[in-house]
Amino acid sequence: MKKRKIKQSRRKFFAKTITAAAGAIGGIGLTAHSCKSKSEEHEKVTLLSQDGKLVQVDKAAITPASPAEARKGIPGKHFVMVVDLSRCRNARKCIKACDHHHQLTPDRPYIKVLRMQDNPASSPYWMPKKCFHCDNPPCVKVCPVGATFKRTDGLVLIDNHRCIGCRFCMAACPYSARVFNWGKPKPQKTNHPYSPETSIPSQIGTVEKCDFCPDMLRQNKVPHCISACPNGALYFGDQNSDSVTNGSETVRLSTLLRDKAGYRYLEELGTQPNVYYLPPANRLFPFKDAPEGQSS
Amino acid sequence: MELDQKATRTLNFFTAQMVTISRYGIIRLAVLLIFVLGGLYALIVQIVKGHIVTGMRDNVVWGIYIANFIFFIGISYAGALISGILHLLRVKWRTPIIRIAEIITIVSTLIGPAYILLCMGRLDRLHHLALYGRIQSPIIWDVLAISTYLIGSIIFLYLACIRDLAALRDYPFKNKWRNKIYRFLAVDFNDNTKQNRYLNRALDIMSAIIIPLAVLVHSVLAWIFGMTLRPGWHSTIFAPYFVVAAVFSGTGVLIIAMWVFRRYYKLESYITKIHFNYLGIMLMILGALYAYFTFSEYLTSWYGSETWDMEVLYKLFDPEEYWWWFFFAAIIGVVLPIIVILIPKFRTINSITAVSVIAVLALWVKRYLIIIPTLETPLLPLQDLRPEYIHYQPTMIEWLLTFSGVALFCLIFFLFSKFIPIIPIIKAEEGKNYAQLRKTVMERIIKRKLKETKMKESQKIEHL
Repeated sequence: MKKRKIKQSRRKFFAKTITAAAGAIGGIGLTAHSCKSKSEEHEKVTLLSQDGKLVQVDKAAITPASPAEARKGIPGKHFVMVVDLSRCRNARKCIKACDHHHQLTPDRPYIKVLRMQDNPASSPYWMPKKCFHCDNPPCVKVCPVGATFKRTDGLVLIDNHRCIGCRFCMAACPYSARVFNWGKPKPQKTNHPYSPETSIPSQIGTVEKCDFCPDMLRQNKVPHCISACPNGALYFGDQNSDSVTNGSETVRLSTLLRDKAGYRYLEELGTQPNVYYLPPANRLFPFKDAPEGQSS
Repeated sequence: MELDQKATRTLNFFTAQMVTISRYGIIRLAVLLIFVLGGLYALIVQIVKGHIVTGMRDNVVWGIYIANFIFFIGISYAGALISGILHLLRVKWRTPIIRIAEIITIVSTLIGPAYILLCMGRLDRLHHLALYGRIQSPIIWDVLAISTYLIGSIIFLYLACIRDLAALRDYPFKNKWRNKIYRFLAVDFNDNTKQNRYLNRALDIMSAIIIPLAVLVHSVLAWIFGMTLRPGWHSTIFAPYFVVAAVFSGTGVLIIAMWVFRRYYKLESYITKIHFNYLGIMLMILGALYAYFTFSEYLTSWYGSETWDMEVLYKLFDPEEYWWWFFFAAIIGVVLPIIVILIPKFRTINSITAVSVIAVLALWVKRYLIIIPTLETPLLPLQDLRPEYIHYQPTMIEWLLTFSGVALFCLIFFLFSKFIPIIPIIKAEEGKNYAQLRKTVMERIIKRKLKETKMKESQKIEHL
């Protein structure tokens, strides 16, 4: 049942991309595609069409979801992340992968690894922190133009073509998850038109944040930070199918949270995050302070 | 329009002043213009390079632009609340000061929101507020409240000006364009009883509307902060606290403006010590109220001693961080005005104005202290090595735009004073009107009483 649902959603997705491709060939999307390179134009990929046939399309023609499409979310899903604090040793590979994929400069990372210490008696630990994609998101509430929005699949995304840069969402977010393009962002390479699902290209005077890589999720893959973690500290999955994976092992979400006493950071704020933490007990690594000059 | 002797004298006095400008006046004007142009330069730099030229960064996302915004909306209370309340209470001495108060309202309500625009990252997308506006967002509440308030204040000032505009229409100016404009604006007002009755009623209605509107505007402004989950902001008393602080600063600015016009326009015979005394006493009472709110706000968060609240409090009380600013804003700026005005011996026109200046400056600092320390204290530990991300430091661009806002305020005020007498020439004949109102109300009451007794009698008869 679940599998069929996924298949259906994939079919829908492909159907839509093909429609988009047809539109592009028809000349509607010409401007959006004018920047693609010559070599990629002829590279073909095989996709499953809506009526079950295999078709070949230009790789460059597969466009990410349009801003309107990106507001809907992937049907039947509710994405969650689980961070096992006992496995994090501040390797910072997640930050690197995220920066690379989103083409970020180090001055505005989506992920931070914070040095935490709950009380003077307990040992410090590293806490990777990204956007919690709250189910009761304070940032979405306060946005005056609906530039940041909540999707049916749990994701909180930003449409940087609509954002007016008032930064009320940044003031409202209790987790400091958001970054702002204070100056002109570094030019980014992309073959696709902008989509809230890729957050590329960045725009001056707008807000950005971790987006859980919806372009990867559409292909049934996990976000880049998950696969980049060398210690398997980061799990990602779908709450509806009750399974999360850290790349090497797939486990039941409910069992994992129950057995390892999973919690959500600052639960008392009532924001209902979709990122769970597993306490830093029985650690894989002893705590070692960060080298001098490393900012979170 | 027929004017009595006193009004004619006033009219001649002001028209003479309106069409001339002294040499010092030109110099002052030039200085103001230089500041405004400086702001324009800063604005262009900011638009070209982005907000990177400001001191704001990812943690402190709002800086002195927002402080200026609250400050200007705060001083707009001078006209709305003070002149509205004085009008409704039929306070006799209000006449020479209400127009100044109402102009303050309009000019500051025009300049205040400009700082919101300066704070916006994408000014080119301003129309998105109309296209995609979401009523759930306090910013939209703010947009609606302030625009309504601005329109209401303009109507209020305009209605209060109609009698004078009619008098100016009939005054033989050398430049005929003036008469043309006044004729257009005076909408055929010729002082007949019917017009006067309607005008007085309209003024009563507008002053009654403008008071709740003003309270609402500042409450919404406070809720922008109160609705967030931030220590130092997430407070239930923020709305009334902001309202009281706003009237306090509004009264202060009104006193300063009175002093300036009294001195430079030689209005000693119109604006007298009585006005300064009464407004000074108002300032003192509001100062006490404001101090009470401040005390209540910080006492509760200190006594409860939640970690986050304490972090902000420690910053305010730390001599290396904000203590001296806090000392000035919360203690000097309140205690000094109260002491000076409380003791009759100290109460002079100059001293009242001096403490008003201190109170107004203190209130600006207070707005700074509401915004910055809270934003410098996020819930998650701030582990950044870049100093500009930890501590907010306003840049030259921000200061330039701040001072140009103040200069623009003075400039528009000055232009207003060249177009309309800064003191109402013709007093509304509300005494007569009020007596009439009383009479009609009494008549109605008597009629109703009579009806009731008749009803009772008829019921008695039925009973029998």
